[in-house]
Amino acid sequence: MGLLDVFRSNRNKGSASVAKERLQILVAHDRAFRNRPSYLPKLQQEILEVIRKYVEVDLDAVSVNYEQDDEQEFLELNIVLPDAAGRG
Amino acid sequence: MARIIVITSGKGGVGKTTTAAAMAMGLAQRGHRTVVIDFDVGLRNLDLIMGCERRVVYDFVNVINGEANLNQALIRDKRCDSLYVLPASQTRDKDALTQEGVGKVLEDLGKGHDYIVCDSPAGIEHGATMAMYFADDAVVVTNPEVSSVRDSDRMLGILASKSRRAEEGGEPIKEHLLLTRYSPARVERGEMLSVDDVQEILSLNLLGVIPESQAVLNASNAGIPVVLDNESTAGMAYNDMVSRYLGEDLPMRFLEEERKGIFSRIFGG
Repeated sequence: MGLLDVFRSNRNKGSASVAKERLQILVAHDRAFRNRPSYLPKLQQEILEVIRKYVEVDLDAVSVNYEQDDEQEFLELNIVLPDAAGRG
Repeated sequence: MARIIVITSGKGGVGKTTTAAAMAMGLAQRGHRTVVIDFDVGLRNLDLIMGCERRVVYDFVNVINGEANLNQALIRDKRCDSLYVLPASQTRDKDALTQEGVGKVLEDLGKGHDYIVCDSPAGIEHGATMAMYFADDAVVVTNPEVSSVRDSDRMLGILASKSRRAEEGGEPIKEHLLLTRYSPARVERGEMLSVDDVQEILSLNLLGVIPESQAVLNASNAGIPVVLDNESTAGMAYNDMVSRYLGEDLPMRFLEEERKGIFSRIFGG
């Protein structure tokens, strides 16, 4: 590394390290998504339909989360019901 | 039965065809009967890189459709007797590659060859999945750059699920990482992802690091696979790659910037 590079690298502080951080997050996310069972979107859709028979909820009221570690798989359902005033 | 190697990447322009040409020529030069197939139907380029573009008469799709036999379509390399090229069709579309047809051609080729190198098109569509479906080994060509690394990771997922080995529940495809267009000077300045960074993210067996080199463009311009240019760093690095693939344990070269004189060291390059 040359003497002038010291000043240069102050201005341009290691864009490679930013790239690495972004990639680590992105790749981890992509991999988690890749391993999800393929029935999740349909499951989410059907749950939403059942709930909407009884309660008027938004399309994004149901979130389905899937996580996996070495031993277990977790399926997390999160349903946000509207305020009491909105209930039928 | 021949061993089938797919050269793949997801992102375009990272050096798949250059790598396929280098791998095939390198294997053939070491005495292995090798054939390299261009899977990029509609956008063939391997013939140009191999310097046999004027000798193409029949192509891969002709063979699949029974319009020509393999011997008519295979082009023997003029520099190396044990190397053949099977060009892609320039006029059809990629759906012309049927799984059954490709499987049949690979099976026939496997009888008379030791290695079949498949040059995959970019992307994850039909042509690319056909190129990887029958593979035993995969070389994932990656540039030290964010979109290329991400796409390579995506390819790994597809390799693991959409292959004959995956469908038949056999041993998975052996995946290797090849880092190309590597610039040690830029890595040293912190402007480019390093080998270690990319390996940490993808965690793959590293088959080689090819330095950025004018020799690659020169080789493409002339239609001579760069692996034949043993004066250049890229040519030497590709030769190392082939030897490593065949089981030799060689240290990685050209990972550091060439040391310059005192003057340029003080004032930077």
